[in-house]
Amino acid sequence: MGGLLTEAFLSSLFTGAIVAAVPMLLAGLGEQMSEKAGVLNIGIEGMMLMGAYMGFLIAFKTDSLWLGFAGGILGGVLTAIVMAILCVRLGLNQIVIGIGLTLGAEGLTALLHHFQFSRTYPRLPAPERLNVPGLTDLPIIGPSLFGRHLIVYLAIAAVVVLALLYRRTNLGMTLRAAGERPAALDVAGGNVLGIRVFAVLFTGAMAGLGGAYLANIGAGLFIPFMTGGAGFIGIVLAMLARGRPLWVLIGSLIFGAALSLTTALQVAGSNIPTDVIQMLPFAAVMLVLVLFGRRAKLPAALGVAYERGAR
Amino acid sequence: MTMETDVNSSSAGTDTAGVAGPVNERSALQRLLTVTVGPIVAAFLLSAIILAMVGVNPLTYYGYILERSLFSGLGLEQTATRMAPLLFLCASLIIAFRAGIWNLGTDGQFLLGAVVSAATAPLLVGVLPGWAVLAVGFALAAFVGAVWSIIPALLKAYQGVNEIITTLMMSFLGVLMASTLVKLVFRDPNTTVPQTRTLPVEDRLPRLFETSISSGLVWGLVAVLLVHLMMTRTSFGLRLRTVGANPAAASHAGLSVPLLTLATFGLSAGFAGLSGASEILGVAGNVRANWNPAYGLMVIPLVFLARFHGVGAIVLVFFYSALLIGSESAARRLGVPQDFTLVLVASLLICLGLGEYIDHHKRKKER
Repeated sequence: MGGLLTEAFLSSLFTGAIVAAVPMLLAGLGEQMSEKAGVLNIGIEGMMLMGAYMGFLIAFKTDSLWLGFAGGILGGVLTAIVMAILCVRLGLNQIVIGIGLTLGAEGLTALLHHFQFSRTYPRLPAPERLNVPGLTDLPIIGPSLFGRHLIVYLAIAAVVVLALLYRRTNLGMTLRAAGERPAALDVAGGNVLGIRVFAVLFTGAMAGLGGAYLANIGAGLFIPFMTGGAGFIGIVLAMLARGRPLWVLIGSLIFGAALSLTTALQVAGSNIPTDVIQMLPFAAVMLVLVLFGRRAKLPAALGVAYERGAR
Repeated sequence: MTMETDVNSSSAGTDTAGVAGPVNERSALQRLLTVTVGPIVAAFLLSAIILAMVGVNPLTYYGYILERSLFSGLGLEQTATRMAPLLFLCASLIIAFRAGIWNLGTDGQFLLGAVVSAATAPLLVGVLPGWAVLAVGFALAAFVGAVWSIIPALLKAYQGVNEIITTLMMSFLGVLMASTLVKLVFRDPNTTVPQTRTLPVEDRLPRLFETSISSGLVWGLVAVLLVHLMMTRTSFGLRLRTVGANPAAASHAGLSVPLLTLATFGLSAGFAGLSGASEILGVAGNVRANWNPAYGLMVIPLVFLARFHGVGAIVLVFFYSALLIGSESAARRLGVPQDFTLVLVASLLICLGLGEYIDHHKRKKER
């Protein structure tokens, strides 16, 4: 453990934190919109996994990362369509269907991967990176902050866009109304089910993109079950962020740092078993929930299907 | 967030709705078709489409599973043996769901129970009589399972933190913790692969009669039936169900909602721990590092299909167990990965939801 604070260790820690944070950030931002609109989207883990699989498959076949990201969005949205029909249109229990979608996506992607690649795990070529002259050459933080793929900066831009959307636009108000008082929105002429469907599909797109990032940039390959709870952590981020996109960003960086300790400690050659290190992000989530869980503010109608005229 | 342990919005009442009189007999049969048989058939059809898509003949696959798990003597015995841990998990979920708690952390509780029983039982052989070794193993497993649910339980009872997320997170932690314990603390020094010490076959749960069926099956059946009776026939069960149906009303009625919530978590997680012990003390004898059968989430649709009813759950566990045994063998013989059962379980959950939806709307029209 002697050389723990070397430049290589710190650099891989910072880089790892950002690489690990982006999928959670995207998932958290997506989940946040669903929750605002009153849908607790437990299926997000499944949407992410479908995005990871389709994103990887398309990037692998076409040699284009951007088409891969589009494929990830498509995979997430396709899964979200099932959720939107069953839980918003038909009003089925969001938790049961959410678990179903997650299990289904796990099984389906593992099955498809098996028949597509058998037991091989082909890799994508390393992604091209943004290179800001001067800044990228800074020690330690340079490569991690300024040498990332463009999608990372788009994800951060999404935080700003969403914050403005929630605060300054009618759409933002409508989303909130759908989650807090759907009946009032209905009376005011708003389309409760329509806005909820939109929110769920947006979640699918963001989660799918996050999954594609995880597979294509984070790992460079697809492994069945690879999301390993990142979607669920996204739910925690959305719950604790009290509706603010900026807090999702901060939270994802904290959990990303915890997650990247895993790889950084391995780089440093520590002999702690990986299982212990892999516990860090989940332990961090529990710690945050114990400390701040009470302050999580959730919309009044979260998890309740809206049916016009029902009690 | 309001808790609904039900696929649509009103199934706490379905138990009593079935006994409404002769006029409703035909509709009771219809209901059975829409909410039980229908979803199962639909789920198998939906999964058949997926099998066909990846180039596997569904008839061959389903036929193989039936033949392997139900129509062969050995297969049937394996199916019966595999039922034990699944039954304990059903008992765990019936308590939680009837009391309105989403315990999604059974995988972690199961594995920690398994590891603790595997770590202690082999050391006690020769020190204690055989039955006492097993009893201690089960008791410790139940205790450890329950301990692993304390944080979500306290957060839910006193802070109102949603237990879906906390139990899931504790489950991820528990799975990793179990594997860490096997590698670092309870590792058998005499083996090269990381695993716990092995309980000798003759010290495990006895087998039934002349078969290879583990008597864990009997304990599993007893557990489910006892839990069913506790939840439906005792005042304690009524208290738990009242909290599940309407916490505010329960509080007004003078029940201590936080204490009952803690009791629900403890019992439910305890049974999940017993489930792990039943697999170790009955069948496996030891825990290998990174072993995780992940039964927890898979049992949920069975418990929902059974409408939280013990006997119904037992019947469904039998068929699910057959599916597991068959698909494990099919993975080797037909080259279809076992992950396919996940697809089947997911289809079942979704079709079950649709069945409830259809039923709900039919009944609304009748009224």
